[in-house]
Amino acid sequence: MSAPQGNAPARAGWAEEAVATHAGAEHLRTEEQVLERVERARRRRPRVREERITLAHGAGGKATRTLVEAVFVDAFRNPVLEQLEDGAAVSVGGARLAFTTDSFVVSPLFFPGGDIGDLAVNGTVNDLAMCGARPLHLSVGVILEEGFPVADLQRIAASMARAAAAAGVEIVTGDTKVVRRGQADGCFLTTAGIGVRERDVTLGAATVRPGDAVLVSGPIGDHGVTVMLARGELDIEADVVSDTAPMHGLAAALLDAAGDGARVLRDATRGGVATILNEIAGAAGVGVVVDEAAVPVREEVLGASELLGIDPLYVACEGRLVAVVDAARAAAALAALRAHPLGAGAALIGHVADDPPGLVLLRTAFGGTRIVDLLVGDPLPRIC
Amino acid sequence: MRFVDEFRDADTARALATRIAALCEPGRRYAFMEVCGGHTHTIYKHGLEDHLPESIRLVHGPGCPVCVLPMGRVDDAVAIAEQPDVIMTAFGDMMRVPGGRGSFFDAKAAGADIRMVYSPLDALKIARNTPDKHVVFMAIGFETTAPSTAMTVLRAAREGIENFSVFCNHVTIIPAIKAILDSPDLRLDGFLGPGHVSTVIGCRPYEFIARRHGQPLVVAGFEPLDILQAVHQLMRQRREGRCEVENQYSRVVPWQGNRRALEVIGEVMELRPWFEWRGLGFISQSAMQVRDAYAAFDAERRFAVPGVRVADPKACQCGEVLKGVLEPWECKVFGTACTPETPIGTCMVSSEGACAAYYNFGRFSRSRVRAGSAGPTPLADPVVLR
Repeated sequence: MSAPQGNAPARAGWAEEAVATHAGAEHLRTEEQVLERVERARRRRPRVREERITLAHGAGGKATRTLVEAVFVDAFRNPVLEQLEDGAAVSVGGARLAFTTDSFVVSPLFFPGGDIGDLAVNGTVNDLAMCGARPLHLSVGVILEEGFPVADLQRIAASMARAAAAAGVEIVTGDTKVVRRGQADGCFLTTAGIGVRERDVTLGAATVRPGDAVLVSGPIGDHGVTVMLARGELDIEADVVSDTAPMHGLAAALLDAAGDGARVLRDATRGGVATILNEIAGAAGVGVVVDEAAVPVREEVLGASELLGIDPLYVACEGRLVAVVDAARAAAALAALRAHPLGAGAALIGHVADDPPGLVLLRTAFGGTRIVDLLVGDPLPRIC
Repeated sequence: MRFVDEFRDADTARALATRIAALCEPGRRYAFMEVCGGHTHTIYKHGLEDHLPESIRLVHGPGCPVCVLPMGRVDDAVAIAEQPDVIMTAFGDMMRVPGGRGSFFDAKAAGADIRMVYSPLDALKIARNTPDKHVVFMAIGFETTAPSTAMTVLRAAREGIENFSVFCNHVTIIPAIKAILDSPDLRLDGFLGPGHVSTVIGCRPYEFIARRHGQPLVVAGFEPLDILQAVHQLMRQRREGRCEVENQYSRVVPWQGNRRALEVIGEVMELRPWFEWRGLGFISQSAMQVRDAYAAFDAERRFAVPGVRVADPKACQCGEVLKGVLEPWECKVFGTACTPETPIGTCMVSSEGACAAYYNFGRFSRSRVRAGSAGPTPLADPVVLR
């Protein structure tokens, strides 16, 4: 080996800085000590290191969480927001309400099984349903790019109207803005919604405790894979459609069956089931142990994921919920999900353990165990 | 799923594991290096090490093409991408690899047009559809991906597409293995040979490893049972005192390799006198560049590439991890300064890297989980799972 002659190499400022930040730490001898130090490092207050927003900040993984906590929670700090649930549980003059908002920038706007319109309605309906609320009223903000076809907008509006009717909500207010060509991608939607929490049940990731059962309401990853394939960049075709659906009825059935044994409901959207389970493990300080063979995934979704080198556990759903319930109510809750048209493929996929705290473990179908961590950003395909 | 589940069957794995354990000599420890990052990924993704006896350790080698790319080459690629009217294209897991000045994702956020593709042919398609821009393909990988880059250059030449070039970072596996074998602190009992590289180069190039270095090598596939079977073959060679090159992945890898693919590489590319590897330093004749005949498609010649060199921080111990001298967790900066969010060293970059795979998939105490509370689901009522 002969190194070429030349100038001394440059130094990477960001890397030297990162090393300096952690300098002076004693050298640890055992794996357990190192793992404990890593967990301590992970619990530190998040800091956004990037100078600019990258796509990873919108992917729902670690980068999103860091951005939300370091920028928004830090600026807006209040007890309701700090729960970081799908929606906010608030009370107004004795009325127990749920309030939420969500933005939609999906590309393409129309895809097998749905479009940005029903996605925007269902997304907000579902966030309310995950708070245990009955969805009531929605607002919609529309950002349109100059040149966008009016016929497409009419199609989106009709789809929103149908979705609202199906979910039993009314879109009662809205706003429209048009930006110059190139400043948006056709059509962006933001919906907000309020609902009423009529049940006397406290839902939240912090209520989860060891021994609880983890349920999912159907096969995962349908929406994400459908949209990826609908972009037409991959030259792969599969017979799969988005699972977008309003889940307030499904959630109500589950809550009826689980009663006060219901701990938390989450809509497994961006970041998929893996991200939800990590949020729960982190918030409750528990371990979540998932049985890979029990996780329902359609063959088409599995096949596409294998080809693309991505893990269905991280792929978005738009009509699937993850529920944690008291183990004593697990069978009843599962039966209730399966009895509902949207929950026919529901399954018990794992349980909550006291160890290892804050981590999600997967018992692989192959007979091993591994971590299912939060991703930094979007799942990236591997090259070989 | 057919043709997948068969290779991930837990019962077969347990049976194979019993046979592997029976081959271990009492009191002896074994270390096998899987050269290829794809193997590392499979091992962690399926929790394969749970099937191995404690006396067998798998050492994660230098075969992750994303991980071995030096920071300076990333900076060079970013410099090309920042030129006006350039579209840079790259494989997905290249996007987050940091250079001295940040990654493709950072450059994209700052305004460069960088797009993710699944194949160099997709990059060529973009070139065809946007004739007013110059499209550069960030070519990385071992002999596995080199033929598709070469084919794409040949097609561009045939179709007379002038707004397309490749930034060639293709590397070759044999010099990297040689560099590892020459390392004085190496303590291995054999190699799991790379599967996909071998579909191109065949098994014969590895024969010197068995003959001259006394290390058995078994070319292995990428499903977990492939790897377990290859470990079994290595153990059997050790037990029987043999030292040979064997091909576990014969359903895909021909012993002689793929002559046509090698010809295509040879037509378009030639060896560079030297190339820098992250973690391993300069290795002579270990990478490829575009031949003069195809200079028009060589981004290094079309653009003023700065040729930056960026040193890894001194605290980074990737070289030792790549050679199997250190376990990922034994590195001084593992999990603190160096994490998947801010990867400092090579091994933390791609999910195929040893440290990233360990951080993402293996970062828990196996002894505690085995003994502890993460046991079977404690349900009050019996629940049918499927």
